[in-house]
Amino acid sequence: MNADPVVGRAVPRRDGPAKVSGAAAFTAEVPVEGTAHAKLVCSTVAAGEITGIDLTEARSAPGVVAIMTHHNAPAMRIAPLLITLRGASFTRAPVMQDARIRWNGQPVAIVVAETPEQADHAASLVRVSYALAEARLVFDDLKAGAPQPDHVQGEAPAVMIGDAEAALRAADTRVDQVYRTPWHTHCAIEPHATTVAWHDDRSLTMWDATQAITHSQATLAEVFSLDLENIRVVSQFVGGAFGNKMMWSHQILCAAAARLAQRPVRLVLSRSDVFRVTGGRTRTEQRVALGARADGTLTALIHEATTTTGISDGFAEQCTFPARVLYGADTFGIDQRVVELHTPANSSMRAPGESVGSFALECAIDELAEQLDVDPLDLRTRFEPAAHPTTGKPFSARHLLEAYRLGAERFGWAERSSAPRSRRDGPWWIGQGVATATYPYTRMPGGRASVTVSADGHATVRTAAHEMGMGTATVQAQYAADHLGLPLDRVHFEYGDSRHPAAVPAGGSAQTVSIIASVVAATRALTAELLRLTSSDSPLAGAGTDDVELRDGGIYLRDGGAGQSWPDILRRAGRDELTGEGAASPPTETAQHAMHSFGVQFCEVRVHDVTGEVRVSRWLGMFDTGRIINPRTATSQFRGAIVMGIGSALSEETIFDERTGRVLNATLAEYHVPVHADIPPIEVAWLGHPDPLAPMAGKGVGEVGMVGVAAAVANAVYNATGRRIRDLPITPDKVLGL
Amino acid sequence: MIVINGTPHEIAITDPRRSLLDHLRTDAGLHGPKKGCDQGGCGACTVLLDGRRVLACLTLAAQADGRTVTTVEGVGRDGDLDPLQEAFINHDGFQCGYCTPGQVCSAIGMADEVARGVPSRVSPEIGAASFDLSPDEIRERMSGNLCRCGAYNGIVAAIEETYVGGPR
Ligand code: FES
Ligand code: FES
Repeated sequence: MNADPVVGRAVPRRDGPAKVSGAAAFTAEVPVEGTAHAKLVCSTVAAGEITGIDLTEARSAPGVVAIMTHHNAPAMRIAPLLITLRGASFTRAPVMQDARIRWNGQPVAIVVAETPEQADHAASLVRVSYALAEARLVFDDLKAGAPQPDHVQGEAPAVMIGDAEAALRAADTRVDQVYRTPWHTHCAIEPHATTVAWHDDRSLTMWDATQAITHSQATLAEVFSLDLENIRVVSQFVGGAFGNKMMWSHQILCAAAARLAQRPVRLVLSRSDVFRVTGGRTRTEQRVALGARADGTLTALIHEATTTTGISDGFAEQCTFPARVLYGADTFGIDQRVVELHTPANSSMRAPGESVGSFALECAIDELAEQLDVDPLDLRTRFEPAAHPTTGKPFSARHLLEAYRLGAERFGWAERSSAPRSRRDGPWWIGQGVATATYPYTRMPGGRASVTVSADGHATVRTAAHEMGMGTATVQAQYAADHLGLPLDRVHFEYGDSRHPAAVPAGGSAQTVSIIASVVAATRALTAELLRLTSSDSPLAGAGTDDVELRDGGIYLRDGGAGQSWPDILRRAGRDELTGEGAASPPTETAQHAMHSFGVQFCEVRVHDVTGEVRVSRWLGMFDTGRIINPRTATSQFRGAIVMGIGSALSEETIFDERTGRVLNATLAEYHVPVHADIPPIEVAWLGHPDPLAPMAGKGVGEVGMVGVAAAVANAVYNATGRRIRDLPITPDKVLGL
Repeated sequence: MIVINGTPHEIAITDPRRSLLDHLRTDAGLHGPKKGCDQGGCGACTVLLDGRRVLACLTLAAQADGRTVTTVEGVGRDGDLDPLQEAFINHDGFQCGYCTPGQVCSAIGMADEVARGVPSRVSPEIGAASFDLSPDEIRERMSGNLCRCGAYNGIVAAIEETYVGGPR
């Protein structure tokens, strides 16, 4: 407890000076003595068998240290899936264990050489021949009769409440449309990088660009049959991840190659390997059908989504989740299907499910509003449910109506012309659009932390957590300072190393609250231990953890009572420091309540009459995500998500050649992420109402900001031009109707 | 010989394929210049070669022979951060920080281009002696530096604060 709390303050990032000066060492830059360099050789076909690998030339190339193929790779077990909470993989495909090819881009050999140039060159000399098998590549041919997955992120794949199709047929007003979104690639600017050094046959250190340290450690233990404590995973700075820096084949191959080469090996993926060896977001095809009565009651809400996975993978992207939670309706017909294709495993990418699912749902709501001749924001207000519409659970906190109202005022929504194609500035048509955002609150089980206090009055929090740019180190120090009752500059936060207590993966916008819950537990353990150390003449003698509070650098009896500083307790006990460690309490807060972040996205676009170019000219995101710990880093998180959403709306698309399954645009020149010129000033604001059930009353902010963005843009393009585009990205050809 | 951040470096460039980026990162041991794509698509490797911004991944090390290179490690003075670097911190012009060294070097080179009267697509007048550094000019001229974390607003604000009214 801090008299002058730092939670809620716009504290600058702790790693700022290191990052702006070039001092921050990312994974590929950590010096490791005696490192050799690896390069992957990847399949150029999508399905079949390797019939031969000719290494003659490659072996005699300068500098080559070792080459590994499925012929000499060690036996390696399958990496556990992320969803099991034991691992961090998106695929159950074996890594270099057999001759089978499952996608175009699958690693078939790894070449280790003295320098990266030598490894690149030798890899180019590896000759692989294949017997082709028929590949499943054409989504449109395979989607009919696609099976239901076993589950969608642990939820039922289908939710049927009433007879939604009948209600749709009987409805006064109907929208029934199909929306499509393409494959996306995360494109973190830092490519995946791994270095592995074996210390002996049983122990290794892996430096890895990862958002799942503890789960990578567990994966290596499983894959190589090692003891957990003999594996160290280090990941200090990560140059963006967005859901993609989990466990893929390259880390496993790098470890196996290092064992074969009997020296440390570094593998940095080339940009095209990032596109082909790791997987991105699935494409989606989604039917949304809405039925409404003249008074604006939603009588039917149907959302059917078909997504893709790779071969042997199991991640059905949760596109229908927004439809399960956002609006009240008399009937629901929600259904998900998956098509298995010979592509890389699809993976989680910022707001998996909600981002692309909300594109379909929120465009359909806009279409319904037009048919009913009601303002789209007003219509959403009428659909606001009293409780979670498909589970019936009460919401822990939901202030969406207030977000609509305040957002509309701030954006000037009332000045919008509801007639499409009615505002023009020279060659530019101007339009405005709106869409709702939601993202579930999650707190993954299993996180731990330790808190150490020292006789010099400092505290250090340690957990094997991740900093990919979210501000983890900064916001956790803020939280810990208040919780421990210390000034911010006396709190250290150490992360990024599996030697620290185990952490949950940084995903699902869940890391911040998960760490907080584990710091609470660790602090409690520490307090109990400190109380045991107090002498019988201490004012704290005999007190339990519930009788005391932490403030002013010490422990004091509640309600302003007497106490002792930590240094005092430690010195009297003859200790330099003391550590408490604890595990986060089980996430029971979601047992009885529906917990979600919410928001609303407003945008203005300008669409060129002649070229069809769409420029986003104004943005406001108004969010309801509970308490905000650091307004500065939270603003950047929201903005960054909106920027990625604008990319998905206007330019991003990973293109697979349907004949060969090969990614055609595997470069940053051809996969178009937004650049400076694409992004206007983005205004973000939040309500800040605490969520009473969340630790620290805060919910995740990293992903909800991307939800609704593409729909808001599409709705604005419709408002500007009268052209409804249901197929992302909204490129000029589509705007012009070519 | 290459003068890197004011210090002459005698490093034999043994492999003629070696890019300036790999030379800086591997031979000179500077990891400020980042490798985001190694093919000219991201700008993370931007450094100043004789004061002008170049993509180090598209420059051969041999091309820098006898010239001066400034990386992000060399833009501050006497151990202090450059005001531009301070402004990046104050405006939260980054998240993961991987694109940041390139953004910083690129902004310095850009400010110099503006001062020299190099026009951009959005400049109102070709042939003017210099240009006002409007937010549109900054966005246009910085568009070769991708930031996937989407810190663009903060980056533009940092550059504006540092250079508007002309570079120092
Ligand atoms: S690394 Fe040079 S432009 Fe990307
Ligand atoms: S700060 Fe992460 S890419 Fe720019």
